[in-house]
Amino acid sequence: MWPDERVAHFVAENFIPARVHVKDDSALFQKYGEKYAAQWTPTVLELDAEGVERHRTEGFLPADDFLAQLMLGLARIYFQEQKWEDAQKTFRKVYEELPNTEAAPEALYWVGVARYKETGDATALKETARAFSTRYTDSSWAKKASVWT
Amino acid sequence: MVVPMEIQFRHDVAKVLEDAKAQKKPVLLDFSAAPM
Repeated sequence: MWPDERVAHFVAENFIPARVHVKDDSALFQKYGEKYAAQWTPTVLELDAEGVERHRTEGFLPADDFLAQLMLGLARIYFQEQKWEDAQKTFRKVYEELPNTEAAPEALYWVGVARYKETGDATALKETARAFSTRYTDSSWAKKASVWT
Repeated sequence: MVVPMEIQFRHDVAKVLEDAKAQKKPVLLDFSAAPM
């Protein structure tokens, strides 16, 4: 996951990266593992600027899937901060650039929610539900969006 | 030869969290067992 150039660039551009190693930083691992309930490695947390966890990836993933999870996490941070444009842009990148990842249908769902939150216009949700009629039709996110039709 | 970009992980987590607050920047926190 980490040696991938795209992952490295994405992290460098968007995060302050920190690592706690289970053996080499054992005291820190105990302290922060307890604080953030990290009981397995690799566990990668995306924290907002206040140190609040907004996204979690547990276990190894191939580079595309890992990058998609990182994008999803960053988008969720923007969402939480009500930065609707940044959130939509970042959610869109997930399914436009990495359409075959597990994160993609989740991103498609949340871009609709972010649009709705920004505008208050329920058309955003209806359009999202329609989009799921042709893409990711078997995903749990398609089921969740089906209520918006 | 192209040298692949490496992520410069920090290990001073408390300071990272302080810096994040000051810079209003998110943190990526990796709990790892990989060889360093």
